[in-house]
Amino acid sequence: MNSSVLFGLSTVAYVLAMILYIAYLAFRQNQVGIIATVITMAGFVAQTFAILLRWKEFYEIGQMGILRAIPLTNLYESLIFFVWCLILAYLVVEFRYRNRSFGAFVTPIASLVLAFIDISGMSTNIQPLVPALQSNWLLVHVMMSFISYALFAISFSTGLMYLIVKTEKRNEPAYIFWTAAAGIFIIVLAAMGLDYMTFKLSVKNQEELIKSYLFRATFRNEAGFIAVVSYAIAAAFMYLVWRYGMVLKKIISGFDLSTETLDDITYKSIAMGFPIFTLGGLIFGAIWADQAWGKYWSWDPKETWSLITWFFYAFYLHSRLMRGWKGKKVAMVAVLGFVAVIFTYLGVNLLLSGLHSYGAQ
Amino acid sequence: METGKQKTFVDKIWDVFASVKLAAVIFAVIACTSMVGTVLEQNAEPAKNIRILVKFFGESAAPAAYEFFSRLGFLDMYHSWWFLFLLFLFCSNLIVCSIDRLPRIWKLVTAPIHPLTPDHLDKMSIKRTLTLKGKGGAADLVAASLKAIGFKPAEAEVDKDRQFYAEKGNYTRLGVYITHLSILVIIAGAIAGVFFGFNAFLNLPEGQTSSVAHKEGGKEIPLGFEIRCDNFDVEYYGESDMPKAYKSWLTVLRNGQVVMQKAIVVNDPLTYEGITFYQSSFGTVPDSAAHGIAILRAVSRDGRSEEIHARVGDTFSIPGAGIQGRIVNFSPALSVDQNGRPFTYDENMINPALFIEFTGPGQRFSGWIFKRLDRTWQLPDGNRVEFLNFWGVRYTGMQVRKDPGVWIVYLGCIIMAIGLYITFFMSHRRIWVNVSEEKGQSKIFIAASAHRNRAAFERTIEKLVGMLVAGHKGGTK
Ligand code: HEM
Repeated sequence: MNSSVLFGLSTVAYVLAMILYIAYLAFRQNQVGIIATVITMAGFVAQTFAILLRWKEFYEIGQMGILRAIPLTNLYESLIFFVWCLILAYLVVEFRYRNRSFGAFVTPIASLVLAFIDISGMSTNIQPLVPALQSNWLLVHVMMSFISYALFAISFSTGLMYLIVKTEKRNEPAYIFWTAAAGIFIIVLAAMGLDYMTFKLSVKNQEELIKSYLFRATFRNEAGFIAVVSYAIAAAFMYLVWRYGMVLKKIISGFDLSTETLDDITYKSIAMGFPIFTLGGLIFGAIWADQAWGKYWSWDPKETWSLITWFFYAFYLHSRLMRGWKGKKVAMVAVLGFVAVIFTYLGVNLLLSGLHSYGAQ
Repeated sequence: METGKQKTFVDKIWDVFASVKLAAVIFAVIACTSMVGTVLEQNAEPAKNIRILVKFFGESAAPAAYEFFSRLGFLDMYHSWWFLFLLFLFCSNLIVCSIDRLPRIWKLVTAPIHPLTPDHLDKMSIKRTLTLKGKGGAADLVAASLKAIGFKPAEAEVDKDRQFYAEKGNYTRLGVYITHLSILVIIAGAIAGVFFGFNAFLNLPEGQTSSVAHKEGGKEIPLGFEIRCDNFDVEYYGESDMPKAYKSWLTVLRNGQVVMQKAIVVNDPLTYEGITFYQSSFGTVPDSAAHGIAILRAVSRDGRSEEIHARVGDTFSIPGAGIQGRIVNFSPALSVDQNGRPFTYDENMINPALFIEFTGPGQRFSGWIFKRLDRTWQLPDGNRVEFLNFWGVRYTGMQVRKDPGVWIVYLGCIIMAIGLYITFFMSHRRIWVNVSEEKGQSKIFIAASAHRNRAAFERTIEKLVGMLVAGHKGGTK
């Protein structure tokens, strides 16, 4: 059995688990929840073996030490590792808090990432390491970055749930914030899906697809008419989310998840993620840059965005200490923090230029 | 700050700088301006940024937008006066805020824990009561159990009850300050680097020596010694053009004397007297093929070998074989097209090859030999010509840096790691256990607090309760 079969199995398991978790959220059947957990765990085990197998395959091809053969060297591998961390963190939370209802928020993130891998058709081949990546710091830097990203993803989903449950009125800033965030998230994904379906055949690689064809099928369409219609549909969709967001609130508040628990999980995952990100993402990254490029800090877009992300979470930690900021405002900062994470991780590679080579292959 | 008295202007300024609100504002401003700085390419030629701005503002408004951002210093924003000013505000905020709060925190850290009255204990965030039947022994059990969970309890009498109290980790309250201090240390290190160090580059052709490096803009920086590039080479993965390693063989010279030699690769630089040379790029010296020296090893059928240095056009002989080779042509990157015709596909030396004509008594043959394909080294008559290098045509591009501040930065990083660990994973824990004996049973009241991670401390308290209950049962049996 090779690693890609196991990766396929874990993908199927996570998508299945997503459906089950959502069904569990909707119908509150305990058995459904248990099956969802079991399937998630099975997917996790399959993925763990898949990563180890790929590590072994890479080691055999790569002609270098076992530590340098860690499969974390391109966009595909790092996304897989991100999903692995995310599911691990989620399972820990599920067992610690004995509550599986927000599996319905975490498994969709995992499934979306896996779908993104599949749709974008990015290279899943094992590639040998370019010279800049041949460093033992790669292992700790990338691994710790992704562990912290996964923890931030958890705080994002609990923060969002907190806002959903806690908001009362449609004209409340926090309510507008979360409906807008969720709406834009879905619209961007849908628009990218359309780009993919429209241009896939004429474009050779995902890099080109995203760099030159992003939103060309919709908002940036050559036909002005289609662009205008796209904006209209997006606006209508945003309105619908705003108008019927309370439905989601009913579903979630029907659950035995107190807002304190949500706030607690949000804080705890950031309190874990922040030091890990500081050490692994910023400090080890700086040490590595120092060895590879002779500059521990060069303000390249990836570094700067890591710093921006760091500031967002420092802001979060400090805003909890400010009078009148507890609760919804703090949760909004947590949600925005993860937007910064996504941009640091994907946006910088795909939209900006710089020294970091992920996604450049 | 004192209240009641009229606040002076200085007090007001101090208050502003002592507030976490200002910190939040500065975080937001630095984050937002930095975002702009990542969209506009820093220190790039104008055309590039205008192209980026066209995407946001359209053809007509882009030049004006460019002018606007350029005036505001956004095209080299991390060195602009206002960004440095923001960093300065940030540091002042951090320092003032810490000084403002330190006395209070210091008191909490150093003041020893007291016994407390029941009223006070009632206000603690963690509380447990339990009753142990049977007379005596409870106090000893409490003391022993507190020791078992890692506390060293003191004992006092409060309202005729016995009270055990203890605390742990009072210094962990300083974790936040250690974290903040580390930020200042890192910034200090960065400033030291700017003032006492330099960042330069050096393109050094094979075989040449330099005693200076060049700063951006062309200014020369004397190194204080000489550096020579003995050789540069690229290793590839198998027969592909995927680079595996860039390697420069360097020699450091002092007054003509060799003092150090090292082969550097990406991620493994050479450092001499505080100046570090990093492998960063490479290239080909213009019109170089004519000066390049092919380094070959000729190995005859009977195993005699000889190293040969020859230029294009030169003739050499294979030892003892009575056969002569003449180098006719050189290609830095040779490939073969569909019709079998060789052609050069790159200016850089990716796949160097030599065309050699061999003539000997009664034989004459010719062909391309490739540096990277050793199967092309074998000649039809059983002799061999190994293509080792084509030397003297490439330069190694090195980042040259001196940064006496880097150790301060690393020290700051270590302090930050320690500070963050203390801040997030440790806490100041205090516990009071009141033991009152009445009517043949012991009433035990536990009150405790932790300034962080309360849930974890609560689990410890549960353990304590479990030990008391179990210990008591064991004692009465
Ligand atoms: C403008 C500069 C800053 C000021 C004025 C400031 C101020 C403060 C203050 C007053 C606290 C509360 C201390 C307490 O709990 O008693 C605090 C906590 C903290 N600060 Fe800062 N800070 C600054 C910058 C930073 C930065 C850049 C970081 C990034 C590492 C940071 C990390 C923290 C952390 C991790 C905490 C603990 C948060 C918590 O209690 O959950 N601070 N800061």
